[in-house]
Amino acid sequence: MHLAYPAVLSALLFCTGLYGVLARRNAILVLMSVELMLNAVNLNLVAFDVWLSRAARDTLHSGQALTLFTIAIAAAEIGIGLAIVLAVYRGRGTADIDKLRDSAEPHGPDEATVTADEKAEATA
Amino acid sequence: MSLAAATAAAARATTAAAESHGFLSPTGVEIAFLLVGLVTFGAAIVTVTTKQLVHAALWLVVTLGGLAVEYLLLTAEFIAWVQVLIYVGSVVVLLLFGLMLTKAPIGRSPDADSGNRWAALTVAVAAAAALVWVVVDAFRTTWVDLDGAAAGSTEVTGASLFQSWVLPFEALSVLLLAALVGAIVLSRKAVADKATPALPTPGPPSGTLPPSRTAVDTTASGEQPPAKEGTR
Repeated sequence: MHLAYPAVLSALLFCTGLYGVLARRNAILVLMSVELMLNAVNLNLVAFDVWLSRAARDTLHSGQALTLFTIAIAAAEIGIGLAIVLAVYRGRGTADIDKLRDSAEPHGPDEATVTADEKAEATA
Repeated sequence: MSLAAATAAAARATTAAAESHGFLSPTGVEIAFLLVGLVTFGAAIVTVTTKQLVHAALWLVVTLGGLAVEYLLLTAEFIAWVQVLIYVGSVVVLLLFGLMLTKAPIGRSPDADSGNRWAALTVAVAAAAALVWVVVDAFRTTWVDLDGAAAGSTEVTGASLFQSWVLPFEALSVLLLAALVGAIVLSRKAVADKATPALPTPGPPSGTLPPSRTAVDTTASGEQPPAKEGTR
């Protein structure tokens, strides 16, 4: 098999995941897109490991070992990520990334004064 | 030194092998890989573009299953079954649980995509074009020999994992433990805050509780009234 086939498929899957991360609004859909990107990297690692194990007589199998590590880290990441999303949902009532703008810098003077007024009301 | 020599020999061998295999004369494995790859890529596209959130998770199952088939075609059997077990078996179930617990709408939700989707599409298409061009240009003649014994059977993978990669493997188990504890802490926090005011705080606790637990409880109940006054 030509190495170009798995490499091209992995590049296309990675860019699909990239589009999902940038364009999706729900936090869980963003996590799904991150999984897509991680899987694209895994496919690349496996393909190059199979190539090197035959062509360069590589017996270390670093690509497959790294793939297993990536899968385990992705499982840990999805657990922690979902716990964070659920905690945010419990506190704010939404998992919408566009609405979670507490750490964003204010755009104009109006928004800045509004937040200042809210702070003044909260402290009063 | 020896690695460079091996790489050069490998490059010569793969070029010699690729000369006997034309670029546009696909073998059976390549045709199967191409077809499964098309299904996988299409399912990935639907995953990131569909308006129904639960359908996105189900199309993700198709994508991950297709990738498992690709691993099998690349003779990496152990990775393929691990992929089926962990991704299709647990990660998608976790994602579905997350969708249900955040009360995701079952039907079509028109605001699934944010307003910057055209910028995202531009970035993704540009990245795909650049990556595909570079990858095809670099590995056009590289040939992967799939005949003979499997490169990723359970025996081979287990031997390399427990001979060369034992220390990262053990470190990874510590990471998984830390992730487990972290997920429990993140999930329990609101429950503990909600449960603390309901506890009957006056009266000495029974001796069965450890002292650290009682100390935490008394400090939490001691902080509770000023916080309430502050919010009102």
